[in-house]
Amino acid sequence: MLQANSEPIEGICAILNPLLSFDLGGGLEMDLKEKLSVDTWTKSSSSCHELPKKAPPDHQSFTNFNLQQYQQKWEDPSNQDYDMTIESQFPEFNQTSEAPSSVTCNPNNQTEIPDQQDVQMNEMCDSSRIQDWDPRAMLNNLSFLEQKIHQLQDLVHLVVSRRGQVVTRSDELVSQQQQLITADLTSIIVQLISTAGSLLPSVKQTLYTNPSITQFGQLGGVVFPSGPNLNGSAVQQNIGGRKVSDQSNHVDLAGSCKIEQNCIEDHESKDEEDADEGENLPPGSYEILQLEKEEILAPHTHFCMICGKGFKRDANLRMHMRGHGDEYKTPAALAKPHKESSSEPMLIKRYSCPYAGCKRNKDHKKFQPLKTILCVKNHYKRTHCDKSYTCSRCNTKKFSVIADLKTHEKHCGRDKWLCSCGTTFSRKDKLFGHIALFQGHTPAISLDETKASASGPSDLGEDNEATNKVEFTGLNFGSNVLNGFGGQNVLDIKGSVDDPASFFSPLSFDPCNLSGLHEFPRPPFEDSESSFSFLMSGLCNYPRKTGGDSGSNDLE
Amino acid sequence: MKKQKSTNESVFNNNNNNHFDYLSEEIVFAILDGLDENPIDNKSFSLVCKSFYAIESRHRKILRPLRSEHLTKVLNRYPNVTRLNLSLCPRITDTSLSIISTACNETLRSIDLSRSKFFSHLGLSNLVTNCSNLIEIDLSNATELRDSAAAAIAEAKNLEKLWLGRCKSITDIGIGCIAVGCRKLRLINLKWCLGVGDLGVGLIAVKCKEIRSLDLSYLPITKKCLSSILKLQYLEDLVLEGCFGIDDGSLAVLKQGCKSLETLDMSSCQNVSHVGLSSLTSGTGCLRQLILAYGSPVTLALADSLQKLSTLQSIKLDGCLVTCPGLKAIGNWCVSLRELSLSKCTGVTDKGLSSLVTKHKDLRKLDITCCRKITHVSIAHITNSCTLLTSLKMESCTLVPKEAFVLIGQRCHFLEELDLTDNEIDDEGLKSISRCFKLSSLKLGICLNMTDDGLIHIGMCCSKLIELDLYRSEGIKDTGIQAIARGCPGLEMINLAYCKDISDSSLLSLSKCWKLNALESRGCPLITSFGLAAIATGCKQLTKLDIKKCYTINLSYSSVTDVGLLSLASISCLQSMTILHLKGLTPKGLAAALLACGGLTKVKLQASFKSLLPPPLFEHLEARGCSFQWRDKLFQAELDDSRCWKLQLEDIRLL
Repeated sequence: MLQANSEPIEGICAILNPLLSFDLGGGLEMDLKEKLSVDTWTKSSSSCHELPKKAPPDHQSFTNFNLQQYQQKWEDPSNQDYDMTIESQFPEFNQTSEAPSSVTCNPNNQTEIPDQQDVQMNEMCDSSRIQDWDPRAMLNNLSFLEQKIHQLQDLVHLVVSRRGQVVTRSDELVSQQQQLITADLTSIIVQLISTAGSLLPSVKQTLYTNPSITQFGQLGGVVFPSGPNLNGSAVQQNIGGRKVSDQSNHVDLAGSCKIEQNCIEDHESKDEEDADEGENLPPGSYEILQLEKEEILAPHTHFCMICGKGFKRDANLRMHMRGHGDEYKTPAALAKPHKESSSEPMLIKRYSCPYAGCKRNKDHKKFQPLKTILCVKNHYKRTHCDKSYTCSRCNTKKFSVIADLKTHEKHCGRDKWLCSCGTTFSRKDKLFGHIALFQGHTPAISLDETKASASGPSDLGEDNEATNKVEFTGLNFGSNVLNGFGGQNVLDIKGSVDDPASFFSPLSFDPCNLSGLHEFPRPPFEDSESSFSFLMSGLCNYPRKTGGDSGSNDLE
Repeated sequence: MKKQKSTNESVFNNNNNNHFDYLSEEIVFAILDGLDENPIDNKSFSLVCKSFYAIESRHRKILRPLRSEHLTKVLNRYPNVTRLNLSLCPRITDTSLSIISTACNETLRSIDLSRSKFFSHLGLSNLVTNCSNLIEIDLSNATELRDSAAAAIAEAKNLEKLWLGRCKSITDIGIGCIAVGCRKLRLINLKWCLGVGDLGVGLIAVKCKEIRSLDLSYLPITKKCLSSILKLQYLEDLVLEGCFGIDDGSLAVLKQGCKSLETLDMSSCQNVSHVGLSSLTSGTGCLRQLILAYGSPVTLALADSLQKLSTLQSIKLDGCLVTCPGLKAIGNWCVSLRELSLSKCTGVTDKGLSSLVTKHKDLRKLDITCCRKITHVSIAHITNSCTLLTSLKMESCTLVPKEAFVLIGQRCHFLEELDLTDNEIDDEGLKSISRCFKLSSLKLGICLNMTDDGLIHIGMCCSKLIELDLYRSEGIKDTGIQAIARGCPGLEMINLAYCKDISDSSLLSLSKCWKLNALESRGCPLITSFGLAAIATGCKQLTKLDIKKCYTINLSYSSVTDVGLLSLASISCLQSMTILHLKGLTPKGLAAALLACGGLTKVKLQASFKSLLPPPLFEHLEARGCSFQWRDKLFQAELDDSRCWKLQLEDIRLL
């Protein structure tokens, strides 16, 4: 498909080139001014202008709208849907400053669906993320281009045929037709450039001096972050492109500030609390750093000085840098930049959340610092950002950190702990906390309870994996050494026990007793055997979930 | 005698007006109140006349039916029954429970289902909804019950005592239901409910504020629920036996205090040391009993950590490693102990024990079972200072010479319980011990130095004897047993196993002890079905009978001596039967015996019978709640001589 399409695209590009340098800027200006009032027959162009009208100005709903689109695409990547999404970029073209959040309509985003972390994030994120090259996305882009070009072809055909029929026409109409064609072409070019850009980030490009193109390039930079690179490796233009994106950043942040929500999630502190609960640093004994929101929300922390591509890890950046020339291939350049302050005593660094009023903010009365940058990121997303990732299974649970969603999806719907009031809980201890709190609520017994075996072990997989590992090894030692639970101390020291009950699951308890205590009534033989095998499998198959499952099956 | 008398009177009075009719119900009730001890008395009382029958029916509060088949009739006859003990009915189905619930409804207060099977949560739910005044339910050993059954129990809003021992399939969810539903619970026993953890127990502690007694043995609980347990305001009795999740760190919460706690059992808590126990002293105000069996070594540190327990009366250190300084330190405690158990402790020496008992002169109960290092020095000290002893257990104190036992009889006159199994005691010692006229339990197993002469002294003086163990005491012959049977009419349990000289005449005399409920006579080759028949007719309360290796008992139906079989069948409450290596037993006779004993729960049989008896028979018996154990052991010529047997035993011990 790629090969088949490449030829016509090239051809059209060749044809269009003069047009571009000639008309593009004007066409765009026209667009901006007139918002396209006429011409129903130019379907593709008109639809792109209708969209902004439909879309409510309010940011929240806009993102929702986007989400929907994404979902559609998930299910049915038909051209129709695709078209819609693509076209929605056009308003944004024209209104970057007005509705910055609409960035999410960026067609390139569909390449990111698996890990679209920050739907409402600023352009910066998008711009850098785009460069993670994805062949499937490329294919989508190309098919889009193909369609677009076909539409344009039809349009031009129409114009040609009309020219033949109607001799006398107003200049206005002609110019409008031209504008429409230009707009379509613009989109095609932009798409082409971005597609190419995602593939060849370091390709040297020729310079365009045409001011209108520069402007286009800038706009493209906003929407398609790779644009600047492609439009020219010329530093000047790059800067220009960035400027625009910076501006939009500001606008966007202002917007996102408005819609920030103070939703506190129950699992908000999954790692951050683990990390600094129990740590009692006296105030002043550490250095407080506060990152800005945009820094926190940026998916990448390391950027290429030459092409601007972003990376999550500096090692990846160093690998990338090799492509920019031999000077980056020296061992010195590839070596890990060691921390300069290794000799002098390091001041402990702690982090503050930039959100005013938050307990993790340094101005809070009972300020509790965050331990690492990762903690800051997760805390900020969980506490002060929209929960935009919805679990596809239950469609109720929402998360702002993708990892949380994945954790949830692992056991979503599998072990439902149900209260008589109808509330469901994913964890048994949460259910019991709920019951302890309210009068008259009781744990509800599932209907298939008579069939299912003891549901005790199903709460095993809740803790983070590291804890599980510790627990299990500890437990096993305990059972072997006859010393009971020798591993427990280890656990306590680590302080990572989120739920100590789980290290003591009924299943694993059995064999322990058998070896440790002679008076213990020996359960039926197959029972004990299965629990042993469970223990073994739990140890071997490291992802404990599987072990737990097999164990519970064995028990039946 | 009473029976005869009353029946005579009733016959006599039948001609005229029945004088008994003039007795007011209150007076008859008062008479009946004094009769409660023996069900047979009640039975004969009710046979006096119609009015007595009716009054007795109304008076009866406690019922222990033998057959679940007759539940309807029985419950109709006794409308005021408040306690129903079904431990003799192995088969209780949902139908039986619905019969009970409709017959008893509001009056029933207590039900014991601990030995019954075959019921489900539906039956329980029916029972609990109809009998809304239920206060006690014993569901121990209901291993099949699941959370749905627990949810059914949770509907018993007035429940105060609940036993769920060994309900392994019940999880936190079920316990959570109970915790929410039964808010008045005062006692709950969750021993071996392995599915229950911190969450369930914690919820019990949060919701049931009235809890007095809590048994959490062998539960996988940790300190997480311990803090909420100790906040229970009225908690008196806490059993944490074998809770491996409890360690020193968990016990730190004790410091916050549990002022009401009186008994604490932390046996087999291997992760608890003196460090954790020291927090006991600061937290508990009125601790009386402390059980630390099979725990950390009893060292100076441990003894010191418990020193300040000002109200302690009883401490059990069974199976612990004991050091001499530790025992001395216990001796220096300011409190005077009433009860001390050092059973199976290693390291108990004359020195340590002597210094301990000389300080605690108030000791009532002392257990020094298997303290093999102690000699007559310890016994002399014990008898000298602890003259108030009521219970002394000193099984297998093999270094104690026979002279020492004379001291026991001379000085400790209040002894009620004496365990001298596997000791050197001789007739002189027995004669001396016979002075302890309060003696109710005497164990003389494997005491090879004594003969009938000594036992005759016991029989003459200790009329309150209830339990007598003569296992492998081969010096005992018929005359000794006859003396016992004559002198101790209240005897309930007797073990004559491997007393090879015992014959039918012993059984004949024992048949006068009508309270006898357990008779072990395995390995007594002289016993025949004649003696057995006498026991069967005399001892109607027999529930346990072991006749293993009594070669001459003939259970064959067709043989002339079918008396044994018939009499066996007539013991209606017989529950457990072991029939191995009996010569001349035919399948037909066995089948008849098995069918006749309706209350059987456990039968041990030679494996060869499995093919000889029809399978439907087994199905029928198993449906009645009887379980079979098949033994495929070939008959072995046993060492007849008990001395050889003992030597062999000691060889094994040394290994």
